[in-house]
Amino acid sequence: MEVRVQNIRKEFGRYPALEDVSLDIRSGELVALLGPSGSGKTTLLRLIAGLESPTEGTIFFGDEDASKKSVQQRNIGFVFQHYALFRHMTVLDNVSFGLNVRPANRRPQAAEIRRRALDLLELVQLSGLEKRYPAQLSGGQRQRVALARAMAVEPNVLLLDEPFGALDAQVRKELRKWLREIHDRTGHTTVFVTHDQEEALELADRVVVMSKGAIEQVGTPDDIYDHPVSPFVYGFIGQSNCLDVTLSRGEIWFEDRPIGLRAASEPDGPATLYFRPHDIELVDGCGCLAGLVTAGRRVAGTRHLEVSLGRTQPPVEIELPPERASSTDHSRVAFRPTRWKLYRGAGDVARGSVQAQSSGIELAPTGT
Amino acid sequence: MAPRARIRWQSRQPSVIPGFGLALGVTLTWLTLIVLIPISGLLWRSSGLGWANFFALAFDERTVNALAISFGTAFVAAIVNLVFGVILAWVLVRYRFPGKRVIDAMVDLPFALPTAVAGIALTTLYAPNGWIGSLLEPLGIKIAFTPAGIVVALVFVGLPFVVRTVQPVMEEIDKEVEEAAATLGANRLQTITRVLLPGLLPAGLTGFALAFARGVGEYGSVIFIAGNLPYVSEIAPLLIVIRLEEFNYAAATAIATVMLFLSFLMLLVINTIQSWSRRRYSNGA
Repeated sequence: MEVRVQNIRKEFGRYPALEDVSLDIRSGELVALLGPSGSGKTTLLRLIAGLESPTEGTIFFGDEDASKKSVQQRNIGFVFQHYALFRHMTVLDNVSFGLNVRPANRRPQAAEIRRRALDLLELVQLSGLEKRYPAQLSGGQRQRVALARAMAVEPNVLLLDEPFGALDAQVRKELRKWLREIHDRTGHTTVFVTHDQEEALELADRVVVMSKGAIEQVGTPDDIYDHPVSPFVYGFIGQSNCLDVTLSRGEIWFEDRPIGLRAASEPDGPATLYFRPHDIELVDGCGCLAGLVTAGRRVAGTRHLEVSLGRTQPPVEIELPPERASSTDHSRVAFRPTRWKLYRGAGDVARGSVQAQSSGIELAPTGT
Repeated sequence: MAPRARIRWQSRQPSVIPGFGLALGVTLTWLTLIVLIPISGLLWRSSGLGWANFFALAFDERTVNALAISFGTAFVAAIVNLVFGVILAWVLVRYRFPGKRVIDAMVDLPFALPTAVAGIALTTLYAPNGWIGSLLEPLGIKIAFTPAGIVVALVFVGLPFVVRTVQPVMEEIDKEVEEAAATLGANRLQTITRVLLPGLLPAGLTGFALAFARGVGEYGSVIFIAGNLPYVSEIAPLLIVIRLEEFNYAAATAIATVMLFLSFLMLLVINTIQSWSRRRYSNGA
């Protein structure tokens, strides 16, 4: 079912947790709410669920105004970070709970409830464990029970609050893939909260990046990664470097020299240059960024080098193939960003611009 | 025999917590001094009676009635305490209100107050001319000097047990569990009866067992309010004292032994149920 959040504001006491948030979630979509802690992502999820009520604004499920409905009436499935299973019930009873508590006229027959619960347990790959108690399961298994329990009520929308947050890295990865498969098979509209950008980018159809109670950007993982609209998104998603630069006659200057990047349409003045560690090329000679390699570490297939560009600037990080990096350890390195973005003003998005380089990479200016 | 015994002892894994031997030794010595020696003295005395004699004394009509009253009233009082103790604990855990700390402290008063004082106070209240008794009298309800009076006194002395055993467990209930029930469509009543109360069962049973055991052995508060009519409102502990005052030590010992046996049996049953339910869903999330 389609979910529309319109101009939601939520205050806890005097403290505003969400400010004027609007979001459309399409039917059958898998959406990630991504942000650092305190960004309001969990609050937004709980508002959709009806576990909190908004100070202002409306939430629609389809064409129906859901904001006046209680959590029981909304018919949603909610999965908690710490599972919140009923520990005095068997796995089967946990999964059947939502059907068992329905009023008699809407409750399926006992045999039907059992069949559906067993089907769901098969879907979450827990067949044969239906007689166990939650205490007898591993964390990953518990979370799968929780998901089966949430899906048993055939929810309008499935909401997951940091579903993999309490699990170790290996299990997380498995469950992530598996959740995507389940979603593709069942087609529930799904919203999940995470602070793990990798999880959000890998799993979601669309990612909603949140910060300080507001939505920063909504887009596909590619959009979010390649075209971040604000310094916050640039800094929060993936690795990035930022440098204080100056614009002069369409050229970008770092400290006392031009670095070979042009932003022709930009007015003169100070700006901040953002680029990702892997979006660089090594160059010879000048008209570039240059500095001393102060540290290097090997991360998986690449070598990460820390480069000190000057005493007043924090070091930047660049990524190189290991064979190229080995020659540059503890020596001077000269490079130039190949994809980059400029932001002007006090953290506001002014204009981003990416320009075509002599290297031939096609980079169109991106205005926002 | 020896090897088998050794295997059992060693089935405890080598532990990082030292001092098992010492701690167990102290525990056993202590229990022996305080509990085992007095109880075995009792058993030894009653064993001197011979079976026929013992049965005659133990199943004397007045004794059987007294035992029935003691165990019956203690059971009813423990049930009452279970219900209201859980509600009281709920209020103390869940809500914030002025005077909460005072109420929390008041729960323990029955532990501290001399039981005789409690008995006299309750008698004054519930006697036909007392504040509450005079209100109930026109309705034909008599509390003081009937088994109902005994129940009232036992409810009073047993109150803290259920509250104090249930309270910490209740504090640990995750709010998310209730929210989960709500998202699955359970209304408030269903959440309480199907999700919350079953989780409190082991703690509730412990409190019930403690309150029950306390009630069976209670003497001081009961004798004032009970009226102590033989066959009607005479409790077993009182009958023991009466027999002692008659220098009828044999009868006193016999009653005491039966009480001991019955109490042990009931506590054993309750503890078994409890450990069974605890094993089922302990340390789960």
